[in-house]
Amino acid sequence: MRLRILIAALAAFSGAAHSADLLSQQCVACHAITKPANASLERLWDRKAPDLYYAGNKFNKPWLVSWLQNPTTLRAGGVMYSKAVKPSGDKTADVIDAAQVPAHPKLSAADAATAADLLMALKVDGLVTPGAFKGEPGGPMASMLFSKLRGCTSCHTAKAGDKPTSGPEMVTAGDRLQPDFVHAYVSNPQKFDAHVWMPSLGLTDGDVQKLTAYISTLKEKK
Amino acid sequence: MKFSLNMNHVYALIALGIAVCTTDAAKADEAHAVKLYNTYCVQCHGVNRDGNGINSANMAVKPRDHTDTKAMGDTPDETLFKAIKGGGLAVSKSVLMPKWEGVLNDDEIKELVAYLRVVSKTTAK
Repeated sequence: MRLRILIAALAAFSGAAHSADLLSQQCVACHAITKPANASLERLWDRKAPDLYYAGNKFNKPWLVSWLQNPTTLRAGGVMYSKAVKPSGDKTADVIDAAQVPAHPKLSAADAATAADLLMALKVDGLVTPGAFKGEPGGPMASMLFSKLRGCTSCHTAKAGDKPTSGPEMVTAGDRLQPDFVHAYVSNPQKFDAHVWMPSLGLTDGDVQKLTAYISTLKEKK
Repeated sequence: MKFSLNMNHVYALIALGIAVCTTDAAKADEAHAVKLYNTYCVQCHGVNRDGNGINSANMAVKPRDHTDTKAMGDTPDETLFKAIKGGGLAVSKSVLMPKWEGVLNDDEIKELVAYLRVVSKTTAK
């Protein structure tokens, strides 16, 4: 209810009541924009799209504005990869059934700007610690940590054209994600959802700093 | 025909009741284990549980084939439990098998170990 009021207020302020309607009536059909009361494994299987109730702690606004107008695939297998994977049929790696992965609607430039404003206002206290990422370069070992030493590349692609994986692509993560969010999520994914299938690896803060620095350098080449 | 219930019949009925309940409980555990497997394990170990998960294409070490009766039969329950809980490094295997203790509790890990015996057609060791 509070969010609806917020959306209404922001829409009135920006003079874009239509966009606010679009958000409050359409986005919520798939995304949770308030913290779900039932954080169960079943909910992870049932939800239609990633949670956005901490979008303001997570995303970089310019990326949101751009992506909402021209959405790309962030999760090859959709929000719940297990519903989209199927055997290859020839004893090689499973493949994605693209029919199970719906595309995100495209928004107009005006709607995208309004949606980004509203999404950036969705924040949760205590989830992400501002300044947790110290901003130091990852050094030569950082990419090695991501690929070989900690095995992040098993589930997350880091280069355009890599084979699909169960986790979101990191190819554009530097454009998309706030470094303090990356630090918080890598440190403890279960803090965001107790049942999510990214494991807590028990990394040292030194490793998390290096990984965050590396992930922040992964940007779309323009 | 007159049917009279003696104590042996009562014992037999109680035993049957216990057996039915135990089977139901085991089935419920297995259904839960399947859900857990399909959430956490399928990404690497595959829809067919044969090590061909969607992520296996990007991995330097191929995930364990859980349908491999010989290899799974040679692996004790304790090792399977440790591998799931503490990851590959806890059993001197690949770092690519992560530790799941932050997501799964001990009872859930035991359910998965029991389910692996079903998948691999092996018995507990």
